[in-house]
Amino acid sequence: MAIVDMQKISIYALKKHRKAILETLQRKGVVEINNIDYSDSVFYKEDTTKQQASFLKSSQTAKQAAEILSKEIGAKKSLFASFEGREPISKENYYMFVNDAAEIMRVAYDIVNFKKQINESKAEINKLSAQIQSLTPWKTFDLPLRFKGTEKTQAFIGTFQGEVTHSDLADSIAQALPDIDGIDINIISADKNQTCVFILCGKKDGGALYEALRQKGFSVPSVDSKEPPAQRIKILQKKITQEQGNIEVNTAKIKAQRGMLHALCFIEDYYVMRAEKYEKIESLANSRHVFILNGYIPKNMAQELQAMLISRYDAQVELEDDNSENAPVTLHNNAFARPVEGVLETYSLPKRYEVDPTSIMAIFYYVFFGMMFSDAGYGIVMSLACGWALHHFKNMETGMKKAVKMFFFCGISTTFWGLMFGSFFGDAVSVICKTFLGMAPSAVPQIPGLVTPIWFNPISDPMRLLMISFLFGIIHLFVGLGIQAYIHIKNKHYIYVLYDVVSWYLLIGGAILALLSLDMMKDMAGFVLPPVFLTIGGICAGIGAVIILLFSGRESKNPVKRLLKGIYGLYGATGYLSDILSYSRLLALGLATGVIAQVFNQIGSMFGSSVFAMILFAVIFVIGHALNIGINALGAYVHTNRLQFVEFFGKFYEGGGKAFNPFKINTKHYKVKEDI
Amino acid sequence: MSEIFANSGLFFALLGAAFATFLAGTGSAIGVGKAGVAAAGVLAEEPSLFGKVLIFQLLPATQGIYGLLVAFLILTNVGLIGTPADVSVQQGLLYLAASLPIGISGLFSGIHQGNCSVAGIGTVAKKPDQMGKAIILPAMVETYAILALLISILAVFGVANVNI
Repeated sequence: MAIVDMQKISIYALKKHRKAILETLQRKGVVEINNIDYSDSVFYKEDTTKQQASFLKSSQTAKQAAEILSKEIGAKKSLFASFEGREPISKENYYMFVNDAAEIMRVAYDIVNFKKQINESKAEINKLSAQIQSLTPWKTFDLPLRFKGTEKTQAFIGTFQGEVTHSDLADSIAQALPDIDGIDINIISADKNQTCVFILCGKKDGGALYEALRQKGFSVPSVDSKEPPAQRIKILQKKITQEQGNIEVNTAKIKAQRGMLHALCFIEDYYVMRAEKYEKIESLANSRHVFILNGYIPKNMAQELQAMLISRYDAQVELEDDNSENAPVTLHNNAFARPVEGVLETYSLPKRYEVDPTSIMAIFYYVFFGMMFSDAGYGIVMSLACGWALHHFKNMETGMKKAVKMFFFCGISTTFWGLMFGSFFGDAVSVICKTFLGMAPSAVPQIPGLVTPIWFNPISDPMRLLMISFLFGIIHLFVGLGIQAYIHIKNKHYIYVLYDVVSWYLLIGGAILALLSLDMMKDMAGFVLPPVFLTIGGICAGIGAVIILLFSGRESKNPVKRLLKGIYGLYGATGYLSDILSYSRLLALGLATGVIAQVFNQIGSMFGSSVFAMILFAVIFVIGHALNIGINALGAYVHTNRLQFVEFFGKFYEGGGKAFNPFKINTKHYKVKEDI
Repeated sequence: MSEIFANSGLFFALLGAAFATFLAGTGSAIGVGKAGVAAAGVLAEEPSLFGKVLIFQLLPATQGIYGLLVAFLILTNVGLIGTPADVSVQQGLLYLAASLPIGISGLFSGIHQGNCSVAGIGTVAKKPDQMGKAIILPAMVETYAILALLISILAVFGVANVNI
């Protein structure tokens, strides 16, 4: 439970070591570099935008090439790709790839270029195919489409919209030009979209005929060919074959580079790494011979880095404690609580003067998740799956690892609560015994945890679990208030503990005591406290209420304002009521999981006890429970988060700390180890 | 006529089960449908977000399941599943009343959770790393379905023990 102490680090070193020092820092990934906003006659800032752009361009090209290549050779992404993480790269491979960088980049440009040619060929093929398509209606026409006529005749080659018959056309021409004869009309082809025609007339009548045809909707064909269409189509087809050949050649050329995929991925990473290094140079202050670097480093790593920089690079390193609000925040927790850090980060990191609630939250997190999911079978499935993933994917990224570990622990808690409540895939054991082994309900072996509950069965006694849920809720809220008290003590505001925490303990605790001694509660809680607690509870609640009324508006000098604020503070009691009731979801979601599991078992057992029915049962069992696990694990996750974020954090947590963002290697494909 | 009424306890119980399933189911169907449309839109741009938007689509699916759960409890209690039992008219009407919280609350919370999920999908499409926050907001809406479920369950359990 701790926010890691930070130190300000300043490094002064010779410029000839700048590259080496930055590389060391990048590999170690423990220093957040701050921008030094300072320049004078000696120190100046360096602009590296150009270098960054050129590195990023190289990286981008390598990335493109790798994508093209993996698409062509059909490199498959595994189903579990998101678990796999980055592969660590060996020292030999690292230097081999770095030395070959120029060669690898040449391959990258080649691949991108081949792909470009393939795309051009494809575009060309599309264009040619379109031409062929528009030539096809003219296929039977044996003159070039450019044919304009002979010495004495004029030819019109073109199309009409829609289907036009020979007689139609002849009639309308005869009507429009009754004086002209000797017009030869040929329909080349006709369908419902267009009609292709070839019309011949005497040269002198050309103008008049053109006018008549135009009025009827005549237009010249969109394609042109100096050969007769059939011949032209053949030429185009030949061209297509040629382009297809080009595509094949280029594809083969790309495929020939299949061995380079890893190298390309590495180079993509490598240039990003270099670009980021140059980006950091902009944060430094440089003079002719030396440079200054400012930043933050976690205190526990500072000494080691200092010693190394001094011995290796003759650098001057200054360290200074800084736990002010400006310092970035990073958390350190034990193996049990660390997985839940991700949940806290989802909300917000704590401010520097706050406490890190992760370890306390972790306990409640696992307990609440288990209660909502509460099935031993489901818990075992979840823990086994997470355990397998942790064991199988050694390179899993930190964030993913945290999440998987969290669900591993949640699975254990789920198993525990499942055994307590006697739920193992719902009532699977007794259903199987009754349906397939022919046992009478009383003969089913009473295995504790799997058939009979170790503690009690929430389906037959929901009120009891409701009370337990409220109890857990009250504990959760009171622990939250306790952390608030701890923060006040840490910041030496001792009296605030009385005003903000003890007052609420008295009010809420007293009210609960009084409530439990009322007869009304007997049926719900199953017990009732002696009447004396009504008085004790009432007095406690009264004292608490008075403190809240008087002091929750203590910041205001104006007494009226202060009293009004006090009344508003007291109104916060309704918030506590809804907070506590909110924990009833522990019961509701727990019941939902259990009852739905039973529904699937019952559906599965409806088909009798034959072999066929057994197979049917197995299928329904697997699908049904998988579905139930999916939807209820999601529900348990979301609502556990909610209980932490709204009810628990609402009592003490502010958040809004700036995350520690060290200068490190942000690669996509390979993990570069420190010692390289 | 009075005889028909006297024997219609089972009918009212079944009507309750029907209300629970179809009202809550309708709410979920609308919610999941809306979220699905939004999710498909995001996938067109960013297929890699499939896992994330799928979770958002599933968030409003729970109301339908809660409805199913209450319906199933009613059916079991009145013996339409398992051993048959006598159901008086009063009991049947009580089951009907017990189904209303999850039915109606499921209908409306499903629809509004769907709207909230759509907004969450929009958030994730722009900032995939803000998944955790975006997922909590639709979950707030579900609280009221859970409260209704709780009352419906407690009521159904209660009715089974009432002797009328």
